[in-house]
Amino acid sequence: MPKSIRVGMSEIVVAEAPDILVTIGLGSCIGVCVYDPVIKVGGMAHIMLPDSTAAKEVTNRGKFADTAIPDLVELMQKKGAIKQRMLVKKAGGAQMFAYPGTNSQTHIGYRNAVAAEKALEALGLKVSGKSIGGHSGRSIYMDLATGVIRVKTLNSPEIIL
Amino acid sequence: MIKNLTPMQLDAIREVGNIGAGHAATVLSQLLKQRVSMTVPQVNILPLNEACNVVGGLEQPMVGIFLRVFGDAPSKILYLFPEDKALFVAGLLIDDPEKCRNILGELEVSALKEIGNILTGAYVYAFSDFTKLHMIPSVPAFAFDMVGAILNTILADLGEMGDYAVLIDTRLIACDLSIDGHFFLIPDPGSLTTILEALGVKNECQSQSGSECQK
Repeated sequence: MPKSIRVGMSEIVVAEAPDILVTIGLGSCIGVCVYDPVIKVGGMAHIMLPDSTAAKEVTNRGKFADTAIPDLVELMQKKGAIKQRMLVKKAGGAQMFAYPGTNSQTHIGYRNAVAAEKALEALGLKVSGKSIGGHSGRSIYMDLATGVIRVKTLNSPEIIL
Repeated sequence: MIKNLTPMQLDAIREVGNIGAGHAATVLSQLLKQRVSMTVPQVNILPLNEACNVVGGLEQPMVGIFLRVFGDAPSKILYLFPEDKALFVAGLLIDDPEKCRNILGELEVSALKEIGNILTGAYVYAFSDFTKLHMIPSVPAFAFDMVGAILNTILADLGEMGDYAVLIDTRLIACDLSIDGHFFLIPDPGSLTTILEALGVKNECQSQSGSECQK
């Protein structure tokens, strides 16, 4: 019986088929999903902020793109996943509130997306599917039996990554 | 960062929420021209990964009006209410029925922001008056989306300073119209100490949290 596992803000969860990893209500945060289709192990990190070096102290590495992504990949490898087989997809990074005087390059969602891309590149991983930016919140459902990722928003049709 | 508050400190914070929300409720009641009741404020101190769940039903669509408060105790204020009432509430400020359409357009959003502004203004004024802290609210920002995503975005930047979020939550309920909204005051990390100090209960500490207080 597949069970749904919630991935809350700043959490990193790795599980295997037939479970489903779920994160509900991503705004400016980003869900990074990594999947090894051979052993059907997948993981998700719910990243809140781009850069751990900007923080006063790092008590939880899951919060930041530059620390959470290496941790996620390492956890996957501990479960037997191989880097060359990993499929990486990501969603989130929306600009929920439009303030007067801000532009699309400075909001936290955009910066999260850029930082996630950078952290993945540093590990030699390429993103094969993404749903990033815009003004709508997203929910991610990652089916570990198939690796299929469904992204739901309030007002537009479901996206399959 | 304070994680444990003594009963006395909790009471003091609740009272601040009470006074602020009381003023906001009065204003809302005048706008709606009917009775608005409010709950006793709840002071939630939650780890960030749980804080999004305070309202429940993460995927339900809600309208959120969000302001930052600058000054002595930087904070965030969020007024959340069900989206199916949004047009009705917007209509309160748009007298001309010809102009009021059935979608949330620019005019409706602007009206809702203004209502958020008025309610928040009342809350911040009462808060500031009671604590004698200097507070300046920003212009309001508006979002209509799943409630989880709204809270997610607002709480995200608290992560830079700590792992906990403090949410002072008061529900404002207009029974006849079933507008059940949440009014949140979310002090930035560090601001809670300033608020406790202003209330004269900063040194009211429990023996087990002795390391947290400065005598």
